[in-house]
Amino acid sequence: MICVEEVWKSFGPQEVLRGVSLDVPPGEFMALVGLSGCGKSVLLKHVVRLMEPDRGRVLVGGRDLAALSRRELEATRSRIGYVFQNSALFDDLTVYENVAFPLRETTRLGEGEIRRKVMSELEVVGLESAEEKHPAALSGGMVRRVALARTLVRDPDIVLVDEPTTGLDPIVAGTILRLFASVHQRRHLTGILVSHDIPAIFGIVEKVAMLHEGRIVALETSAEARASRNPMLAQFVSGDPEGPIQDIQSRREPPGRTLPLEMENPVKHPGLK
Amino acid sequence: MDKQTGLRLLTAVGAWLLFRVARLGRAGVFFSRTLYCTATPPLKLRLTVKQIWFIGWKSIGVICLMAAFSGMVLALQAYPTLKQLGSEGFLGPLVALSLIRELGPVLSALMVTGRAGSSIAAEIGIRRTNEQIDALELMGLNPLRYLVTPNLLAFLVAVPLLAAIFDVAAILGGYLVGVRLLGLNAGSYFGEMGSYVRFHDILGGLYKSASFGLLIAWVCCYKGYYTQPGSQGVSAATTQAVVNASVLILACDYFVTALVF
Repeated sequence: MICVEEVWKSFGPQEVLRGVSLDVPPGEFMALVGLSGCGKSVLLKHVVRLMEPDRGRVLVGGRDLAALSRRELEATRSRIGYVFQNSALFDDLTVYENVAFPLRETTRLGEGEIRRKVMSELEVVGLESAEEKHPAALSGGMVRRVALARTLVRDPDIVLVDEPTTGLDPIVAGTILRLFASVHQRRHLTGILVSHDIPAIFGIVEKVAMLHEGRIVALETSAEARASRNPMLAQFVSGDPEGPIQDIQSRREPPGRTLPLEMENPVKHPGLK
Repeated sequence: MDKQTGLRLLTAVGAWLLFRVARLGRAGVFFSRTLYCTATPPLKLRLTVKQIWFIGWKSIGVICLMAAFSGMVLALQAYPTLKQLGSEGFLGPLVALSLIRELGPVLSALMVTGRAGSSIAAEIGIRRTNEQIDALELMGLNPLRYLVTPNLLAFLVAVPLLAAIFDVAAILGGYLVGVRLLGLNAGSYFGEMGSYVRFHDILGGLYKSASFGLLIAWVCCYKGYYTQPGSQGVSAATTQAVVNASVLILACDYFVTALVF
């Protein structure tokens, strides 16, 4: 369902992705792990064409994203839910309005039906009593749950989740991951989960891929990854500072958050499509 | 200068020029896309009204204060000279024409840039940094329709209205100094004003204000939309928005004056 073929991406002189290939079949969730700043979020943004590869191609549902017209791209995107690293909730809207927003703006549903759907999703994430609050009044964990509800309310076939537990305490992080697990179990979602929560994510995903220095260096099932024989993945799972991954001191900043927009082709900028 | 140094210099100048042209092109594309969104449905009326309230209504206090003092200073400066020439009766037309044709539109636009333009650039910049603009994209929505078009319409409506309010408040300020303080006849102040101010002057002032409104919306929204990531990026975008919009207002003022009056 998601197929990344030999994708290369550079920002100026910095090569972030160097021939990445991945295949996520329908109904399967894949965890994408790797050092901070190794390009996981960049790869995820290629799957929704928020970024375009320098070389290679990305296929969703068998269709090359680069070949899609604007309308076709919108239709493809409407099947994809994306939970952003910092949730990307609209500060000026309440929790209810945030979750209702995509339904109000992209469907012809009546307000009664929208309310039923929104409250149902808020119940799933345990926030039905916070509907009138604004994001600024919520804790980090609650914000992530609202973001998940906003993603799920559109009933997507594919879900991409970018570090949903970063900055949360272990208990809240555990709650969020358990929520993902139960949603995935019930809806059989296809998707990619970027996370550092090892080994908690092994209970959620079917496969684990490790991105290192722009390449996929390991691709294993969850069961295999728990006791991986791949030295890099094994080191990453154990959290041992000693091992084949030695460049922790010289690790780069996350490219998606530090690179200037000017490096993108101005005419191809998402806002101008 | 040897050949290598010359080539390096030429390369640097060429790269700078290309960068500037690309930026200009991006700003042009941004503007044309915004105009397209403004001219085609669906218009976000609720957001537009909210922005008119923010840009217009919330600026009225500071505009009135600034206008009153501008009118008072204008009257105070002009009156002695006019009296020397025996033309103090022309104080009203002088104050009114300076304000309606020039000072009202320019000063109110500069004030709106500082108060509302900077805030809008920062708000859009923060939305970019927090990935809210990407979130809109992924919902299949055009961010320009939600973040830029309402501001463009709001500036187009609010800036001319604020300029009109500025003119009235400044004329009253001039009246306070000219009539109440310096003893000019009230009938003369307002009567002469009525004889000299033409409808064309008022319309010209409003054209100016509308073009300034368009300019502020374009520059401030553009700077916010393409802000660099991080707090420094938002801060730089806000500063550039205010500085660029202010300079462009003054430059545009010359050309609109030449065209309209």
